[in-house]
Amino acid sequence: MQSEFEAVIGLEVHCQLSTRSKIFCACPARMTEGQSVADITPNLNTCPVCTGQPGALPVLNKKVVEYAVLAGLATHCEIQMHSVFSRKNYFYPDLPKGYQISQYDLPVCGKGWLEIPGGSAPKRIGITRIHLEEDAGKNVHEVGYSAVNLNRAGVPLIEIVSEPEMFSAEEAGAYLRTLHSLVVTLGICDGNMQEGNFRCDANVSVRKRGATALGTRAEIKNVNSFRFIEKAIEYEIQRQIQVVVSGGQVVQETRGYDSDKNVTLSQRSKEEAHDYRYFPDPDLLPLRLTPEWVEKLRGALPELPDQKRARYSEQYKLSSQDAGTLSNSKSLSDFFERTIALFPAGDLSAPAKAIVNFLTGELTRLSSEASVELAQSKVTPRHLADLVQVSLSGVISSSGAKQVLISVWNSGAPVDSVIEKEGLKQVSDVGALEPIVQKIIDSNPSQAAELKAGKEKLMSFFVGQAMKASGGKANPALVSQIVKKLLA
Amino acid sequence: MKKIQSIAEVHDGFDNKAFTPLELAQEYLGRIHASQLNAFLTVSEEKAIFQAKKATAELMKWGRVPREAQPLFGIPFGLKDNLVTQGLRTTCGSRILENYVPPYSATVVERVEKAGAVILGKLNMDEFAMGSSNENSAFGPVQHPTHPGYVPGGSSGGSASAVAAGLCVAALGSDTGGSIRLPASFCGVTGVKPTYGRVSRYGLVAFASSLDQIGPLTNSVRDSATVLDVISGADPMDSTSIQGVSEKYVAGLSAPMDWSKVRIGIPKEYFVSGVQAEVAASMQDAIKWFEKQGAQCVSVTLPHTSYAVSVYYVVAVSEASSNLARFDGVRFGVRPEGLSSSQGDLLSFYKQVRTRFGDEVKRRILLGTFALSSGYSDQYYQKACQVRRLIQQDFTAAFEKVDFILGPVAPTTAFKLGEKSQDPLQMYLNDIFTIPANLAGLPALSVPCGKDSAGLPIGLHLAGRLYSDSELIRIADAFERRA
Repeated sequence: MQSEFEAVIGLEVHCQLSTRSKIFCACPARMTEGQSVADITPNLNTCPVCTGQPGALPVLNKKVVEYAVLAGLATHCEIQMHSVFSRKNYFYPDLPKGYQISQYDLPVCGKGWLEIPGGSAPKRIGITRIHLEEDAGKNVHEVGYSAVNLNRAGVPLIEIVSEPEMFSAEEAGAYLRTLHSLVVTLGICDGNMQEGNFRCDANVSVRKRGATALGTRAEIKNVNSFRFIEKAIEYEIQRQIQVVVSGGQVVQETRGYDSDKNVTLSQRSKEEAHDYRYFPDPDLLPLRLTPEWVEKLRGALPELPDQKRARYSEQYKLSSQDAGTLSNSKSLSDFFERTIALFPAGDLSAPAKAIVNFLTGELTRLSSEASVELAQSKVTPRHLADLVQVSLSGVISSSGAKQVLISVWNSGAPVDSVIEKEGLKQVSDVGALEPIVQKIIDSNPSQAAELKAGKEKLMSFFVGQAMKASGGKANPALVSQIVKKLLA
Repeated sequence: MKKIQSIAEVHDGFDNKAFTPLELAQEYLGRIHASQLNAFLTVSEEKAIFQAKKATAELMKWGRVPREAQPLFGIPFGLKDNLVTQGLRTTCGSRILENYVPPYSATVVERVEKAGAVILGKLNMDEFAMGSSNENSAFGPVQHPTHPGYVPGGSSGGSASAVAAGLCVAALGSDTGGSIRLPASFCGVTGVKPTYGRVSRYGLVAFASSLDQIGPLTNSVRDSATVLDVISGADPMDSTSIQGVSEKYVAGLSAPMDWSKVRIGIPKEYFVSGVQAEVAASMQDAIKWFEKQGAQCVSVTLPHTSYAVSVYYVVAVSEASSNLARFDGVRFGVRPEGLSSSQGDLLSFYKQVRTRFGDEVKRRILLGTFALSSGYSDQYYQKACQVRRLIQQDFTAAFEKVDFILGPVAPTTAFKLGEKSQDPLQMYLNDIFTIPANLAGLPALSVPCGKDSAGLPIGLHLAGRLYSDSELIRIADAFERRA
């Protein structure tokens, strides 16, 4: 029955720009690495401008414009040479001026698109606009009173609005991950979702499959992880389908997501919607850019994830999935690049594949278990390169390699000394292995006979036994050669 | 001590050791305390004495007034109470900011202090600069300096009255629709509204940001030029301040006038019925004087003049409704006693805070909120912005033929307290001749031009092209010095 319906999703992403100062004053927009402006003493990081003191005026931070234009260029947006800041008027205690300075009818970036990984081929999702605005402060609710912290007020944001062109929670998730990796790669956003650097509102509606008109949408506000956004959208799609199927009508409203119960809940209906009374902010001049300046920025764009993905496939023959995983994570691709650079030029497809396996497998697991960023861990590209080398040349087994990696993760010791110390060097000496294998054949005559008769599956039994007998050090490829030779 | 008229007289007095900066400050503080005008809302006695002592010590050291480095050295100075002063209460004539002590000073305040001014205190005004008579102050109206029972004009009524009555030598005001020029005219002093952006608005509590401009009120055009030299010029804290090097106003006064090159436009729309006969006659005298000097006085037309007041009262109130939103009782404005937002709903909390505004402020916030609201904005706010451009174009066209535009500052001289306060529309018409300069951003000033039969001052209004502040001041200075 659900296949009668399709969901339509549009996303609005608020992305905090990682400029040194706030958008309209000289207060810091971010503290030192890993510290958020929200973490320091409340209201310490403020001035007359960002606290909205009477008489104070905004002055636009040029760097903020640069970052917004970089985002626009990377998403193929039309950069507007003339854009305007408007006041969005509403009352909220964390909004010191009683209005937010934003952009309304003339945003800095117009239409563009973002390519996301799709099932068979990448898919283009349209971007409606990107506009600049200031962040609000934060309300802190205590028992009996509420407090306002304006440390975050005036931190620059871009809002990236997509077209309603995603049709599943997975697509929405892929769009967000791609966009997230893009802004992090551009170096314009720290991308920490827990700290609210990258926030998302989702507009979700459903319609009969084949219909062209959009259904009534609900907006899910401020969900702060990719997984929760996907779950919230999925829940909302099913909820709306249920409403329609049972003869009801979807109401236009704002909904919040309760991650404990995995439900979305109504927060505000359309009737209660604000009239923001937008008008151009008379305190700020229209923003005028020159084509030369924009072209200069275009020239300074770093390699973007989709370009990186293509290069990885081309240069290292990585599978499209591996190339996609790497290029969508700045930390993984940075580590990959630094590791592969340690290999001599030539065909690097084998080491590349091995590096990706370690990065996306064991290292990602270790990093998430310890909650330590890869770049901050004791493992260096040199470690990984050495490990790949000894693995590929058969010095250690794959299980040995895992052990080495865990040990390096904990100690930071060089790979060869770990192998030495833990005695993980693979036994590749035929003379040493032959007596072991012979002994196994002798004690398992029926299995030996069956293998000889052609039951190839039994080879793994003999290899396993040999590994056991050698304490995991036997070179499995060599063991199987010896088995074949002795049974011949 | 006799009433001092000018900055030059003060400086001569210092040089001649007739009085010290401290003695002068004490004299003025004494006058303020004795005054019944209600011109000052806050007297910064300690600050003034401190600054005056410092000036006195400096004068002892140097033996002479450092006119170049400190053009306002030791000058008893007043500030309209919508200019924020660090550590000194700034009320905007409103109950809602009754106890507001700003953490910073306006750019103009820093500049006049750096130029040596002795700040005597903060001057009364219509609440949030919304008014033409100074009757809208939450702290009571200011009295006319020479005619008790009459209004001083508004909204910079405290500034005009204080300068005229000798409670300070010079003052700053702000002008959104005539708020410097109208009270200057009513009180018989000089008031200048510079070109929009000439003076930084940083620290001026906003009424209507696209119209507000700070300017001087003084006893002479020359003194206004001195103050303008100090306060004008680009400010990195105000994006709308004009970039580049500022003109030198006082220096411009010494160049001789070439009257044969001066063309003065007389807009026929400004000489209509409703203008008090004595005011109209005074304008004719002024025109004759300019013609006698050799200037060409020609009739010009500003066809959209009749829309100016309507446009102004849409644009100004729209901006004001947003500018005043911050006085919500959360950070600024009073929090009604015994009421926290957790008791009762937000709306009733908000209602109690916002009722602290006076009626005129409430009226304008409501009008502005309506004019900007969805479904009405295109008919009101956006339409007003379009007509504003037509008014600007009227001036552009007129300034192709003439250099200055001359007219009365207001249709009448000062009226009696209470005479128009019940009729907002009648009150708004006071600004009919001053508003167009704000809508077009033009420099304009009021210079005394005689008196009516009751002895009430009449003001001559002169406006110039954008950025022609210096030329405007020159011809006003020449007019003022006419025999």
